[in-house]
Amino acid sequence: MSEKRETIRDTFAAAEAEARAALVVYTTAGFPSPDAGLDALLALSDAGADVLELGVPFSDPLADGPAIQASSFRAIERGVDLAWTLDLLREFTTLRSTPVVLFTYLNPMLDYGVERFLDVAVGAGAAGLLLTDLPLGADPRLEERIERSPLDFVRLIAPTTTPDRAKRIAARSQGFVYYISRTGVTGARRDLAHGLAPEVRALRQASAVPVAVGFGISTPDQASEVAGVADGVIVGSAVVNALAEGGALRAGRLVRDLRTAIGKVSLSANQQTSTR
Amino acid sequence: MVGMEALADGERFGPFGGRFVPETLIAALDELVEVYDAAASEATFWDELESLWRDYVGRPTPLYRAARLGEAAGGVDLYLKREDLNHTGAHKINNTLGQVLLARRMGKERIIAETGAGQHGVATATVCALFGLRCVVYMGEEDVRRQALNVYRMKLLGAEVRPVGSGTRTLKDATNEAIRDWVTNVTDTHYIIGSVVGPHPYPRMVRDFQSVIGREARAQCLAITGRLPCAVVACVGGGSNAIGTFHSFLEDAEVELVGVEAAGEGLETGHHAATLTAGRPGVLHGSLSFLLQDEHGQVAPAHSISAGLDYPGVGPEHSHLKETGRATYTYATDEEALAAFHRLARLEGIIPALESAHAIAFLLREGERWRGEGPVLLCLSGRGDKDVAQVAEREGAI
Repeated sequence: MSEKRETIRDTFAAAEAEARAALVVYTTAGFPSPDAGLDALLALSDAGADVLELGVPFSDPLADGPAIQASSFRAIERGVDLAWTLDLLREFTTLRSTPVVLFTYLNPMLDYGVERFLDVAVGAGAAGLLLTDLPLGADPRLEERIERSPLDFVRLIAPTTTPDRAKRIAARSQGFVYYISRTGVTGARRDLAHGLAPEVRALRQASAVPVAVGFGISTPDQASEVAGVADGVIVGSAVVNALAEGGALRAGRLVRDLRTAIGKVSLSANQQTSTR
Repeated sequence: MVGMEALADGERFGPFGGRFVPETLIAALDELVEVYDAAASEATFWDELESLWRDYVGRPTPLYRAARLGEAAGGVDLYLKREDLNHTGAHKINNTLGQVLLARRMGKERIIAETGAGQHGVATATVCALFGLRCVVYMGEEDVRRQALNVYRMKLLGAEVRPVGSGTRTLKDATNEAIRDWVTNVTDTHYIIGSVVGPHPYPRMVRDFQSVIGREARAQCLAITGRLPCAVVACVGGGSNAIGTFHSFLEDAEVELVGVEAAGEGLETGHHAATLTAGRPGVLHGSLSFLLQDEHGQVAPAHSISAGLDYPGVGPEHSHLKETGRATYTYATDEEALAAFHRLARLEGIIPALESAHAIAFLLREGERWRGEGPVLLCLSGRGDKDVAQVAEREGAI
């Protein structure tokens, strides 16, 4: 077995040591433009993102809402693909130590070749991998292969996931568990799902790694609400929208505001766990 | 390599198929497997479905000896399985009736569907009207334009048609949008997929519902001719009429199975939908199957004159039949399909759907190989009323 890099674990632990949730920020590679792609990542990192999720644009992003769809189509039109994304990742990781989780649909990775992908992604400094359309049990051999790689294989749990299955996923997830706050595609929402706290509490008990919550979180207020119950807060579409509207400057400002909001919330004592 | 592992029974066809979907859908797919397997083991389920097929759809559909077309195709003893005579005009309703019975069992009161040519959308809107369920149909903007009549038919039947403006604005994108709706509304909504595509259990379940075509055709062929056909021919987009027709003949090794894909403007132009001929394995819409894709692993836009074949994927069982050699797959171009559309109208007084015209076109081109051989059976999957305006416009007739 290859050694895990554990940079994600260390990052969550550092946030916990500051008695706050970690901020996980998604963006689509090569957005708002291929030339501005690296600056966008640097701005998000420098503004306080603890972990970055770097989305590989795909022609058929069926788990994504309008913002990330549009960013993907735009990036593809301008020639961004998985190979380009890996080059961007390599440039970024030579400049910053913020851990990066590659976020992709299965097909671009299969087409690139799984072994080659793992090699190149590890070489480029990726910390983790998240596959939107590879749920637990869909392809055990492939899943085991990724689990054995140096990349943390981050798994998703949905509100529709049965409790028993959620436990199995939580036990297998590496780096962190991505809890989807509500049914639906990615995208900013005004209201967060009700009943988030008990769900997340149960997952934190079943999981060996931190639990981060995403989908629909767009404002500092929502981020601080989630920060009160989870180990991490994931923001995606809102950041992509900010990049579309005002580039790295605007997105950086949003991330700073999110980070400030999260920093004001302490994880309540009953949620601190001694295992991490 | 991914997928090179057979999973639970019925989840894969060789390496193809699977359940490559967002986690949010897993519970709904598990429920569907459970409800379908339970229903399929009950005689009362099939009794109800068969009486609807008989009294509402008009099954069994005839097996018609097309003597003049057979002569034009090089002297073939040709039989058409007349799925065009079904209520709503195509084979699609065989499947939508089966799935709506399952939706009722699951207590789901909202139905969504994707549609290309509009035939599956109409068949879904029809069964929703019949059972009093809410119905939303996703349809690419490009298809809304070329199939305006079917859009109006769906609205007449009480369905809401949502045009999809993303991506290539055709069936692929309508399917993406239907999946996004399902991910959002999964607790009260059943997604009636129209072909043998998508995640497990859809390819197997839709095949089972469509297998009535081949079951009838096999018995009819034996009754009429006293023998099995030497070949069975059907068009392939997602591949539901083809699988439905082939399935009863899989064990009959002497029966040649031929699927005809859409070659669009020609394979060499890149504007086509010949997935099994020109694609390579990949994952789209929840299953591993042959897929048209570019050199970056992005799904390539498909093209066909027929909206129902205009799809860059294909059902995983077809990929398996191709790889094992049990079926062969060929293609016909837009021009060939148009010519066949006219030939069938003139020779037999039957206006075929442009989808089905691809199968006719292949037979007109290569039927000679069966001259003097046993019967050839061709699935006429749908009627061409929906295509008349489009063809007339293209040919400058109106």
